[in-house]
Amino acid sequence: MKFGILVNEGPYQHQASDSAYQFAQAALNAGHEVFRVFFYHDGVNNGTRLTVPPQDDRNVVDRWSELAEKHELDLVLCVAAAQRRGLLDADEAQRHGKDADNIAPGFRISGLGQLIEAAIQSDRLVTFGD
Amino acid sequence: MSLLHTVNKSPFERNSLESCLRLAEDGHAVLLIEDAAVAALDGTAHTETIKNATGRLSMYVLGPDLDARGLSRDRVIDGIEIVDYDRFVTLTCEHDSVQSWL
Amino acid sequence: MSEEGIVKKLMYVNRKAPYGTIYALESLEVVLIGAAFDQQVSLAFVDDGVYQLTRSQNTDGIGMKNFSPTYAALGDYDVRHIYVERESLEARGLTVEDLMPLTYEDEDDDWAEKESLRVVDSSELATLMGEQDVVLSF
Repeated sequence: MKFGILVNEGPYQHQASDSAYQFAQAALNAGHEVFRVFFYHDGVNNGTRLTVPPQDDRNVVDRWSELAEKHELDLVLCVAAAQRRGLLDADEAQRHGKDADNIAPGFRISGLGQLIEAAIQSDRLVTFGD
Repeated sequence: MSLLHTVNKSPFERNSLESCLRLAEDGHAVLLIEDAAVAALDGTAHTETIKNATGRLSMYVLGPDLDARGLSRDRVIDGIEIVDYDRFVTLTCEHDSVQSWL
Repeated sequence: MSEEGIVKKLMYVNRKAPYGTIYALESLEVVLIGAAFDQQVSLAFVDDGVYQLTRSQNTDGIGMKNFSPTYAALGDYDVRHIYVERESLEARGLTVEDLMPLTYEDEDDDWAEKESLRVVDSSELATLMGEQDVVLSF
């Protein structure tokens, strides 16, 4: 089965990203395909590489990056939601004259069409949010 | 077609579960996750509503969310199945689509 | 821009009031982008989501952009099925008269202007939801 996963809340503030991660891991372990994980609303904050959680806590961002590397996951941050909230990749930073970019490994920034595409192409779309 | 509805809000705080139960058709499934796990317990102000729902809907609760909140699995209402993440995945496969009540 | 001919029934379910949080606005942005994909799209407004459609929203005093005129433009994006749950309206003391008129032009009927907004009771909405391939909830 092919899954699309939508994450609508940022890390730590809500359990949404944790639940989505557990779900993605369980789906992959069961041999399913995760077509794409799309991050929207405050969910884009899951993709900042500047996160520094306390050492005795999980690192939500790294955990996604590692899962992406292991399973070649497509982690997509919505560009409009990301720009509003100060998440830029190198191209965006240059285009908007900003002095830094902050996208974590394994994530990419793209348009909302990628969410619609995931909804169409996946057998199931599962949403985690608030 | 049969839908799997997921609810993640405590019914003591928000109306997500109430709306889900109003708009879920007979034979649909409802999975309580995150803060909605509290709704699975017997002896609460919401127990009667949930018990009535188990008659027409398949009700599930995510065990890890019960455990995390210190809610005893022994106190879960009869008729609600306790599931893990693997079963959560299976449930999504067994239903035609998933609707999240956020 | 159809995805290799796949046409799914896709419903956007809106349950949150505008302005207090960004969900209503960003949900609308998904609808506008999604319109390019030629799917069978419908919108449902339930619970506090019905407040997204009230007439005469004026955001001057809160310094935020009033995005409510965009709902009236949805007809131009081929969004023709907008359902408002009767029970949610009634619980909030609202009637359809409190909502913006939403219409589309039907090219199969000499571009006649037709209502796209329909108030439905919860049992009808439940049936519609149950028929969807994808439900996007905001």
